[in-house]
Amino acid sequence: MRPSKSRGMGYALASAVVLIVWQVLAWLLDTRALPSPGETAGALAAGLRTGILPNLVVSAWRVLLATTLGLVVGAPAGLLMGRSRRLDSVAGPLVFLAYPVPKVVFLPVLLVMFGIGDAPKVALMALIVFFQILVTARDAARAVSPSAVLSVQSLGASRWQGFRHVVVPASLPAIFTALRVSTGTAIAVLFFSETVAGTDGLGWYIMDAWTRIAYADMFAGIVAMGFMGVAIYEVLEIAESRLCRWTRAGRTDER
Amino acid sequence: MAGIEVEGLTVAYSGAKPVVAVRSLDLRVDGGEPVAVIGPSGCGKSSLLLALAGLVPPSAGAVRIGGEGVAGPRLRTALMLQDLGLLPWKTVEHNAGLGLEIRGVDAATRRTVVRAVLERLGLAEFARAFPAELSGGMRQRVALARALALDADVLLMDEPLSALDALTREDLQDLLLGLWLQRRHTQVLVTHSIEEAVFLGRRIVVMTPRPGRVAAILDNPEAGERSYRASETFLHRCVTLRRMLAEEGAFASTEVDEAGGER
Repeated sequence: MRPSKSRGMGYALASAVVLIVWQVLAWLLDTRALPSPGETAGALAAGLRTGILPNLVVSAWRVLLATTLGLVVGAPAGLLMGRSRRLDSVAGPLVFLAYPVPKVVFLPVLLVMFGIGDAPKVALMALIVFFQILVTARDAARAVSPSAVLSVQSLGASRWQGFRHVVVPASLPAIFTALRVSTGTAIAVLFFSETVAGTDGLGWYIMDAWTRIAYADMFAGIVAMGFMGVAIYEVLEIAESRLCRWTRAGRTDER
Repeated sequence: MAGIEVEGLTVAYSGAKPVVAVRSLDLRVDGGEPVAVIGPSGCGKSSLLLALAGLVPPSAGAVRIGGEGVAGPRLRTALMLQDLGLLPWKTVEHNAGLGLEIRGVDAATRRTVVRAVLERLGLAEFARAFPAELSGGMRQRVALARALALDADVLLMDEPLSALDALTREDLQDLLLGLWLQRRHTQVLVTHSIEEAVFLGRRIVVMTPRPGRVAAILDNPEAGERSYRASETFLHRCVTLRRMLAEEGAFASTEVDEAGGER
């Protein structure tokens, strides 16, 4: 459990640095637009009882749903593409045509299709996660060591068993990396979509506070968003250390 | 024990650069016989082994094991590749039991069989370690454990010891010999090492450069004892084999050097 302990120390240290820089800046600038950490903490405490918590839950729910959707569809599709030349020759060009397009541009269409509730925001984030995972999983599946595949084939493995014992575990670390990268992008885009069209969520809460010139509330929202990011990152970290125990094996210098 | 018959085997790979790896190769390995295969680099030794394992379909000719045509992976053939085919994400016991798992053997039986095999190979206390945590020699033992767990009667090996240091290598050659003496399985060992071929092969198949065929077969009936390695016959056999290999151009690059050619 030593790694998690040292990570806890890391977070404490990082928070201390942020708080000090923030406090100094607030003191130097002396403007209402940058409330001090103390004022923000007060607003956060008050907000937790009134507005922030429900909005945090709404945003977190959207991220969770979108990530799950993107992962559940993207990972198998990418792995299959990586292992089937025929499927790849059909689907590959389509994917690479769509991959570089910034998915935010689909927001107007999604708004028309789904209205202004959860659906368009979830769909937009799911698209981002989906493509990132799809492309990464495809490349990871292609890079699987041929001899690992041969050796399970020589044991009589079916195609499905080959996936289960070789392709999926070999690709998991790359998929986790893609998840970390894409949830970051997804949260940024969630903020955008919640401010453009929405009546709830942390993005909406922050913009609403801004228009009310309630800067302390606004910063409380930003801090809450930071916490959400850390929480998601930690959940992924724990899941990866459970599912990819072997990537930490053999590095004896760490023990 | 199941013998191996290879008749007119040709293995060709299509693709951007078509290659004929093995051409019209004939070979008979008796049931329970340990055979070593040696030849110049790229002589199609690995392709021969993959064909024996049923992983590469012959372009022509046929492979029979135990009298039955090989059309795919066979239940009691174990294949050990150069990098051993251990899966880094599975623990020692899961790697060793993978063949049984794929064949649908239930977990309890699997555990019993695997525990016994690991015990026998001195791996019991490493059952829950990952391959990356083991030395090269130990990994080699895990790969052997997988073959033993399957109760393989045909063991095909593609330079399995080539990554080991000299001492570990001899240690594992002794282990391979010991296992064979106990179980008397049919064994085909592809190797680059003259000493290894002479120590472990009762017959040594010398292959031609690609496309691979059998150039000659060297009888080596004395193989099968640990003390053989220290005997005069062993040394003579190594010299004979080295000469045969030189005739097949296995040492092509050295000849260029001796002729004063540029590297």
